[in-house]
Amino acid sequence: MDPECARLLPALCAVLADPRQPVADDTCLEKLLDWFKAVTEAGSSLLLLQENPCLVELLFHVLKPQDLSSRILSFALRLAGTFAAQENCFQYLQGELLPGLFGEHGPLGAAAWAAPTVRSGWIQGLRSLAQHPSALLFLADSGAVDTIFSLQGDPSLFVASAAGQLLVHVLDLAMRGPAKGHGRLQAQDWPACAQRIVCHLEDCLCSEAAPRVTQALHVLTTAFGHCHGLWTQGLWVQLSPLVARLLEKDPMPAPHALVELLLSVARSSVPSSNPGLWETAAQTLSRLSPMQAGPLAAGILKLQDCPQALRTQAFGVLLRPLACVLEATAQAPGTPGLLEGAAGDPMAVDMLPPSKSACVGLLCSTLAHLELLQPLPQRPSPWPQAPLLAAAVTILRFCNGSAAPSSEVGGRLCAMLVGCVRVQRAALDFLGVLSQGLGPRELVTQVFAVLLEYLMSPDSSPTVLKKAFQATLRWLLSSAVPPGCCDLEPRAQLVLRELLAVLQKRLCSPCWEVRDSGLEFLTQMTRRWGGQAGFRQTLLASEVPKLASQLLQDPESYVRASAVAAAGQLSSQGLLAAPSSPEHPAGPQKTPLEELLLVLTTDSEGFPRRAAMRVFTEWLRDGHMAVAEDRERFMARVLQAASGDLDWEVRVQGLELALIFLQQLLGARSPGAAPPGALAQALRALCRVQLFEFAFRSLFDCDRPVAQKSCDLLLFLRAKAAPSSSPQEAGDSPDVAPVEAALQRWRAGEQGQPLGELAPEAVLAVLRSMDLEALRDTLAESSDHVERSPQSLLQDVLAAVGVLGDNEADCY
Amino acid sequence: MKLYCLSGHPTLPCNVLKFKSTTIMLDCGLDMTSTLNFLPLPLVQSPRLSNLPGWSLKDGNVFLDKELKECSGHVFVDSVPEFCLPETELIDLSTVDVILISNYHCMMALPYITEHTGFTGTVYATEPTVQIGRLLMEELVNFIERVPKAQSASLWKNKDIQRLLPSPLKDAVEVSTWRRCYTMQEVNSALSKIQLVGYSQKIELFGAVQVTPLSSGYALGSSNWIIQSHYEKVSYVSGSSLLTTHPQPMDQASLKNSDVLILTGLTQIPTANPDGMVGEFCSNLALTVRNGGNVLVPCYPSGVIYDLLECLYQYIDSAGLSSIPFYFISPVANSSLEFSQIFAEWLCHNKQTKVYLPEPPFPHAELIQTNKLKHYPSIHGDFSNDFRQPCVVFTGHPSLRFGDVVHFMELWGKSSLNTVIFTEPDFSYLEALAPYQPLAMKCIYCPIDTRLNFIQVSKLLKEVQPLHVVCPEQYTQPPPAQSHRVDLMVDCQPPAMSYRRAEVLALPFKRRYEKIEIMPELADSLVPMEIKPGISLATVSAVLHTKDNKHVLQPPPRPAQPTGGKKRKRASDDIPDCKVLKPLLSGSIPVDQFVQTLEKHGFSDIKVEDTAKGHIVLLQEAETLIQIEEDSTHIICDDDEVLRVRLRDLVLKFLQKF
Repeated sequence: MDPECARLLPALCAVLADPRQPVADDTCLEKLLDWFKAVTEAGSSLLLLQENPCLVELLFHVLKPQDLSSRILSFALRLAGTFAAQENCFQYLQGELLPGLFGEHGPLGAAAWAAPTVRSGWIQGLRSLAQHPSALLFLADSGAVDTIFSLQGDPSLFVASAAGQLLVHVLDLAMRGPAKGHGRLQAQDWPACAQRIVCHLEDCLCSEAAPRVTQALHVLTTAFGHCHGLWTQGLWVQLSPLVARLLEKDPMPAPHALVELLLSVARSSVPSSNPGLWETAAQTLSRLSPMQAGPLAAGILKLQDCPQALRTQAFGVLLRPLACVLEATAQAPGTPGLLEGAAGDPMAVDMLPPSKSACVGLLCSTLAHLELLQPLPQRPSPWPQAPLLAAAVTILRFCNGSAAPSSEVGGRLCAMLVGCVRVQRAALDFLGVLSQGLGPRELVTQVFAVLLEYLMSPDSSPTVLKKAFQATLRWLLSSAVPPGCCDLEPRAQLVLRELLAVLQKRLCSPCWEVRDSGLEFLTQMTRRWGGQAGFRQTLLASEVPKLASQLLQDPESYVRASAVAAAGQLSSQGLLAAPSSPEHPAGPQKTPLEELLLVLTTDSEGFPRRAAMRVFTEWLRDGHMAVAEDRERFMARVLQAASGDLDWEVRVQGLELALIFLQQLLGARSPGAAPPGALAQALRALCRVQLFEFAFRSLFDCDRPVAQKSCDLLLFLRAKAAPSSSPQEAGDSPDVAPVEAALQRWRAGEQGQPLGELAPEAVLAVLRSMDLEALRDTLAESSDHVERSPQSLLQDVLAAVGVLGDNEADCY
Repeated sequence: MKLYCLSGHPTLPCNVLKFKSTTIMLDCGLDMTSTLNFLPLPLVQSPRLSNLPGWSLKDGNVFLDKELKECSGHVFVDSVPEFCLPETELIDLSTVDVILISNYHCMMALPYITEHTGFTGTVYATEPTVQIGRLLMEELVNFIERVPKAQSASLWKNKDIQRLLPSPLKDAVEVSTWRRCYTMQEVNSALSKIQLVGYSQKIELFGAVQVTPLSSGYALGSSNWIIQSHYEKVSYVSGSSLLTTHPQPMDQASLKNSDVLILTGLTQIPTANPDGMVGEFCSNLALTVRNGGNVLVPCYPSGVIYDLLECLYQYIDSAGLSSIPFYFISPVANSSLEFSQIFAEWLCHNKQTKVYLPEPPFPHAELIQTNKLKHYPSIHGDFSNDFRQPCVVFTGHPSLRFGDVVHFMELWGKSSLNTVIFTEPDFSYLEALAPYQPLAMKCIYCPIDTRLNFIQVSKLLKEVQPLHVVCPEQYTQPPPAQSHRVDLMVDCQPPAMSYRRAEVLALPFKRRYEKIEIMPELADSLVPMEIKPGISLATVSAVLHTKDNKHVLQPPPRPAQPTGGKKRKRASDDIPDCKVLKPLLSGSIPVDQFVQTLEKHGFSDIKVEDTAKGHIVLLQEAETLIQIEEDSTHIICDDDEVLRVRLRDLVLKFLQKF
């Protein structure tokens, strides 16, 4: 602890101990605890207490019956726990203080116990303290374990949950000691404390009260999830019969907690020595309702090692709802079934829940599980791609009312799913993920057909449309032949024509979200296939490019931003027709560059301007024709607009653009300095486009990312202009005074000052004279680094109270 | 209580309800789909239409070729269009006491009923319904009268000939009853019989029933009706909407506790969501205009057009269409646009508040002010001077058989740049387009029907919980084209009763009570006796006086003093013989205690048998049988009157007398 803090500490302790001086801010106490934790982790707690007796005095003070706030009491409990984590310090405090704080005669028996924050502080204090064998003895002697048991059922969920975790921690601590060197212990050899806890858990598991069973299951889930000692295997041997007995109950108590426990055990080291677990899991899978079994099945399938039979069963459980959907439409006999050979048991089509919300929930969660499973290496193999595709398509058809159900169940399903946006979204996401695999030709045709139905349907909600666009893009990407090739296959080419017709209509939608996702889709398609002849032909034959550029004037800023991106992309590929609106059919036509510059300089919203900057950056990087014609003029115009922009992201983008320009002039790849001739030429160009004024000004920008970016830019430039190549050496020293004066004023906040003409030599001289590294380091610090020091914290607490004191004095 | 179903069209209903002693006609819808069988009436001579070939029978017989013309494989009647009227034979319409109109679309058959059936009653409707209904009728008459057609085809209606015709003429129903359009004189006469009502106004019909219009949320002034007596309530739901459009929201709460709910006028396109359709409408409109094409919107002069104009008002600027002219052409265009602005009290809350700003409730006023929307009575006159393309034209009639729309179909049909957008759901767009085929113009079908869909109906029924639901048969099964969509039908318990055209339904509830007033002086004389806590009984002797369906109990006239010959005679006529009244009995006889009492009084050898209705107590010794049932007790003994009286007194001990 630094001396200044040590000096402030007694005053702090006095303030904390004084009930008349409440600490206004709760977070101060949390920060103090964090600080003490850091201090004790770095050195000896005992020494700390001996050097600062005020701390022990504070703890003793808390013991006295008085009107201390519950927050301070809770703080003291946690603080004492932090100190007592070290065994020697624990012994130092053990005599009177610890029993007083954590024992029956402490807050436990007092009125303060009614405050949840005190109970929580008590638990957390013990959690910190329980780090060594002496602590175990203390816990056993003070009767704390029983209190923890009762706190498991605390009305405050935070307290109850913390009590469960403390129990696991104590159990682990108790088992860790004797287990060392002995390997697995028999239950009768477990330490007394552990036996008590296990006994308690057994009682809970046998209880008729569901909340007690749930508590025990939560504790066990945490234990198997966080403790990795061999003893966990013994624990499972001991408790698994009780867990198995829970499965036989009807109704099964706490099914969700049970699933969590089984998955937690399955992920631990238990299964390696105890294959019986798999039987329990299999039994659970067959006993749970489809909705409850889903998470267990998905969890099992994500395991790395697990018996094949169980995986097959789990996959069967997961697939069953989809199999029911397929069954409900009685797919043509040729279609492969989903569960052929998977589960083996006869499938009950009416397993789908009768209520709409339950059925929708089941389908959505099934689709989400399968979606997560699909990309995993351990996903079930063979992966039933074709039936899954068929199921996704069928669900989507149920949702838009176009599926023809073949049974009464199908009719019911149709009535439940029709128009259900939730299922539509889940199924479209899943369909998109399935594009990673191939499918039979007819099915892929169906996929495109159903996607087109959704894109065309006036009833598709904006979010559904967005997902339909995304899924369509993924399927178009995957249907390239051969994979990875740019060309669209003939079928996709056909789809494309219809797609553009739909897109045309969607870009005219009165709903801005729809116009926006339509434009995004167009941008992505163009990025991917803009160079392909078939695509270009179809696109140019449609109204889409014209509509896209008309949307640059859209009233909604998000749409304008997307239109900027789309226009940028179309223009890059030479696909942008000159925009003309029916209002000004014969008006002067602007080039795309002019259009986007207009957006950058005049748009009132940030998003379109940022989008324009991104497009310009891309154009510069890719050597767009409009840029290449006169790169300096382009840079000058864009930088001028960006430097004056109110949006810091636009300014950062401007600096990014400048950096690319610089790299293009000086060569980004080659390390080290640029050749002197090239450098001089580049510097002159940079001066002409007024890059330096922008960069220097940005160094003092009130938005840190702008200053950082500018710093990086100037550092890059300085590295390129090595001292040897300095023009300064060639002749007289340049006049840097006006530049430095301007910098001074900017630093002082007078941003209005212009810099005027700059000579390249002066720039280099200024650049060398500046301590850019130091500036970069300062900027790298978070803005509150000064305020976060412990000393500042202590001063803050004292100052806050001091202010209170002043007021008190004023009153008299 | 009976319901006579005169129309089979679920959204253009015409039913007659006989309730208590009243005969109430519910709506008076006119099925205009019959006009689809006729050739369009062009405003300007159309060489294409006049040169269509006549139709001949398969055997080459051409006797019908003057009446029937063929166009692209369809056969049309070349005559003045005719309408399919409600049934007039099922019930004598001169006995109808009142007609309740629920909205302006459901009154189009009114002149046929009020002017040609001997109807002498009153018609009730709200003011906007009458005013806008008048506009619709005026437009209809105008459309048909301004293109006089000499020919009137009737040969094809002959049943033997009709059988030989191709579909759909062959299957047209009751063609012999189809009638030409009414005249303006008939319209005026019919409308003069209407009495205006306001929402929640209670109207007494002959003292027997009370009818009340409630806001139905579908159109300006549209109503549902409550028809109730003191103990029965019938709700008539016709053309209601829960969407937020321009009219006042629907009043659902007042429909609660109905014995019967007659449900008509649900959405005709249950699979199309109006919001999606409006989006579709705007997108297609913008797309066409941006490509330099014209947009034709066949529509009625009132209703959805207000909402469409409002959407366009918000949309045209964002879509860059502010320089595109919008034309609204109808003989009643001006009145319709202006009427909509003056019915503030009938509008939704949002629009009502605008009136106080003061601002016109509908934004089409601004469109007119800024010259973006222009309206004309017809294509002749000013319109031809102002006409500029590309443009958007709203005009009637949605059947495409008469009105200015016929002209635009002929004018724009040949270019694929143009688009016709169907927004009215009343006519099949394919049938409407049939006489214009082949057609290059694009056709978009976005029917906007804001009336209740089946999900909303099932929620409504759950909430208002009527005992019985009666609806057109079309609502009790999924649409024929989508037989798997079981969600597209009325789902309620007990299942809805369905009706079809020309059917008479006996509504499933019996009237059990009638309210009777007691005169104060008679009430004064009553002596109630409490037989159970909270329930008292009293005997009444009175004269029941019934007049105008009101029942009053009056004190019986006092026995007249014999004062004079003439008077005395009259008095004796009036006064019924007042016998000494036996006391009334109430209560029940507990068998066990009764047996104990019998034993106490010396009867022995008593046997009790249980029967379905009660008990039989056998006094074997006395050869007597006492039969105790819920509402009677019989003592059967052999001529032993003393024994009978003794037993009777024992029975009476258990009963209360008053």
